[in-house]
Amino acid sequence: MLFTSYEFLGFLLAVFVIYYLLPGKAQWPFLLLASYVFYFIADPRYLIFIALTSVTTFYGAKIISDKKESFAGWFADHKKEMEKEERKAAKAKEHKGEKKIFLAILLLNLGILAVTKYTNFTIANINSLISAFGNAEGLSFVNLVIPMGISFYTFQSMGYLIDVYNGKFPAQKNLFKFALFVSFFPQLVQGPISRYADLSQTLFEEHRANFKTISFGLERILWGFFKKLVIADRILVPVKAIIADPGSYNGFYAFAGAMFYALELYCDFTGGIDITIGVAETMGIKVTENFIRPYFSKNIKEYWNRWHITMGTWFTDYIFYPISASQFMMKVSKKSRALLGNNIGKRVPVYLSSFIVWFTTGIWHGASWNFIVWGLGNFVVIMISQELDPFYRWFHSKVNVAGTTGWKAFQIIRTVLIMSSLRMFDCYRDVPLTFKMFASIFADFRLSQLNLQAFIDMGITAQDYLVVFVGLIILFAVSMIQRSGSVREKIYGLAALPQFVIYYSLFMITIIFGAYGIGFEASQFIYNQF
Amino acid sequence: MEELIAILNDLHPEVDFATEKNLVVGGILDSFDIVSLISEINEEFDVTISAAELTPENFDSAESIYALIKEKLDDED
Repeated sequence: MLFTSYEFLGFLLAVFVIYYLLPGKAQWPFLLLASYVFYFIADPRYLIFIALTSVTTFYGAKIISDKKESFAGWFADHKKEMEKEERKAAKAKEHKGEKKIFLAILLLNLGILAVTKYTNFTIANINSLISAFGNAEGLSFVNLVIPMGISFYTFQSMGYLIDVYNGKFPAQKNLFKFALFVSFFPQLVQGPISRYADLSQTLFEEHRANFKTISFGLERILWGFFKKLVIADRILVPVKAIIADPGSYNGFYAFAGAMFYALELYCDFTGGIDITIGVAETMGIKVTENFIRPYFSKNIKEYWNRWHITMGTWFTDYIFYPISASQFMMKVSKKSRALLGNNIGKRVPVYLSSFIVWFTTGIWHGASWNFIVWGLGNFVVIMISQELDPFYRWFHSKVNVAGTTGWKAFQIIRTVLIMSSLRMFDCYRDVPLTFKMFASIFADFRLSQLNLQAFIDMGITAQDYLVVFVGLIILFAVSMIQRSGSVREKIYGLAALPQFVIYYSLFMITIIFGAYGIGFEASQFIYNQF
Repeated sequence: MEELIAILNDLHPEVDFATEKNLVVGGILDSFDIVSLISEINEEFDVTISAAELTPENFDSAESIYALIKEKLDDED
């Protein structure tokens, strides 16, 4: 059930009405039911996977949490009777017991994710190795179910398990509440990857209908639909045409394709997240923001702090930190300092951990080499910009441009261009072809390619390009206003008539210019496939 | 405390670490800095900081970082 389908809108309306008609105590159980119905409609087989992850994680975390609690009580009572060594040994024994359960649940769930998502990728790589040795017979691919949103809900559940294991909070005591945290339908298909500590604050509470909350939620949903239907799905047509025919669409077209894709992906993904956050908001539930105007970032590091934020922080907290703070990495650090000197040696653990994180980020996006190379491309760019830091310091001490509008604009454009170039791996889905097309931007550029008719031949009209352009200006204007606070709050402060005019116009624009009708079909959200 | 301030100054010479209280929340220390920092601390003080302790609360000021180191040192006595 796509967010942009009539079925989803009908489903949403029914959920919304029932949610507010029910007594407060029945609201969260009803949301669990609705989420499982939503998942059941997608494919009944999916339910087995999500239920398995929910049940195993719930009980694993609960056992760990109970063990922690009883140990803390026992330790407080017996602490004084013990010698220091005994205290240490008792703690170590307890930790070992918890670790066994933790690892079992973690490996089981990551195993399910790995088998469903990466089996065929592994087979394909084995086959290419076999054929490299001249053997034509390869392994045959297996037909596996990939449950919708598995990357998102597995990460969300594992984040919870790690937090409980680290003693950040006690485990949830109610299995069904936990099952709702894992399956909450608005964020099931494309995130954000919520943290239990955040989402649980409003998810299980009783909510009474509140005009402001509901209208803010609806406004956010409308904004998401505007981005997705008016801009993303329209510009998707030339993006597809350019990618499909790299032989003809090279040079400037390849560049235009990368820029169109930057716009499409932004509107598609942030639009989807707007719908998710808006749907939750209509029911009084607060879902973490996933984007803060990422295309206004000054460098790639900042970009990754503002784009798909919940994924970035997940990787930082649960992969980057554990690897870089591990005993192994401390040893690597000591050895590399001894071998390479303090200055270079101290960079080794940071870069090694970062390499692993970006490799994982790449493969999380998809089981194919283009995503892995994309991830590693990000790593390389971040490493280079890190190494160029002394140069930038020197440059700014000589040339006084920092803080000027021109310099800021240069930084922003540079970041957008680098990110768009890297995303070409995502477009062409083929590593050598991507390199070829990137080179072709420079090698095959011809003035004759600056030709409107050629762009119209890609499948949308000049008017459509105009709609996209106006949409882009609206996006830009809204982002600029957002810098000084919530746009909805600002509109809320206006008189009733201008408020009505703004939202009515946005609604009509979305209805009239929403890219459905002949030749258009509301397309799958890009991030649903991850 | 002086050794810690020296390590921090090495990372960001432009920051006054004696007074700054929002190192993580204010975006001064990013994840790369924190990882460099814990490996420096490991070198200098011979204490191991675990991933679970890498929280904004522990790293928001030189004082809180020092408190964490001290707690670790006391624990080992």
